Amino acid sequence: MTKHHRHPNQPDIEDTPFTRFQVMTEALIELLMEKKVFSAKEFRIQLEKMDAKSPADGAKMVARAWIDPEYKIRMIADVNLAAQELSLDAGHIPIQVLENTPEIHNVIVCTLCSCYPRMLIGLPPDWYKSRAYRSRTVREPRIVLAEFGTEIPNDVEVRVHDATADLRYMVLPMRPPGTEGLSEDTLATLVTRDSLIGVSLAMPLDLDNGQLENKEEI
Amino acid sequence: MVKHLRKPHDLGGLQDGQVDRSEHTHEPWEKRVDSIMRLVSDKKRLILTVDELRRGIEDLGPSVYDELSYYERWISSLTNVLIEKGVVTSDEVGHKMNDVEARWSADREIEP
Repeated sequence: MTKHHRHPNQPDIEDTPFTRFQVMTEALIELLMEKKVFSAKEFRIQLEKMDAKSPADGAKMVARAWIDPEYKIRMIADVNLAAQELSLDAGHIPIQVLENTPEIHNVIVCTLCSCYPRMLIGLPPDWYKSRAYRSRTVREPRIVLAEFGTEIPNDVEVRVHDATADLRYMVLPMRPPGTEGLSEDTLATLVTRDSLIGVSLAMPLDLDNGQLENKEEI
Repeated sequence: MVKHLRKPHDLGGLQDGQVDRSEHTHEPWEKRVDSIMRLVSDKKRLILTVDELRRGIEDLGPSVYDELSYYERWISSLTNVLIEKGVVTSDEVGHKMNDVEARWSADREIEP
């Protein structure tokens, strides 16, 4: 009877056959635990830590930079330190902030793999790791951006930044017009993941949808 | 001039089709692979660096690179590099994989 209460390690895939790679993953985890490279507890904490990472952290920093020019200067000088000021952990790999201006639009890519400011934005979306995005963004960024619905005027320079294992980037999008006087928390909701990658702009304020009222009530 | 030979991961500037913007939620096993990498490369352990992970992925070769999914490449590279470094042996990995597979298969069989 008790046997029936045992569950597979990955109950959500129990209807599909497990792959060799899933078996390899579990085997490696168990071996590394047996060899005390890490403990079960450390592994669980790491899983939880990663699940907690989301673009909200990067968005929080951007919103602060929008309302506090001194913070923006510190953030551009050292993102990892500026993150600490807001009790965020940007990790130990340097991240450089790329400020969008009326003259310059920045976009990030990793042509070799998938380097990404994951400590501030979470795991990269599938397309960031795709062959098409990695190959074409450095060649024809305006066309790639247009595929994301982002048309950059010809008089605005587009700068593409190729991230590496030792230096990652995060875009500081421009503050949308008409957002003067909004609270920092409301501003942060306008900062999407895609705007931190640079494939889109920060969300415009949509007064027709009552976004402002709703957001302020929360 | 010698023609530059690209490795399969080196994609910058190549031609390709439209970016497929659909996204999938990470599967639990993919997050587990990610967590292994975070732990073995963290400041406390420093057993392996991100560059070493990528070098291991490049060493999988062009056909494997294209066949495997993102985290399949990661776990293959992680396992190979940890074997190279002597952290685990290929025998240990092989035996443990048999154990895990046997255990999971048994778990499946007792499912109603």
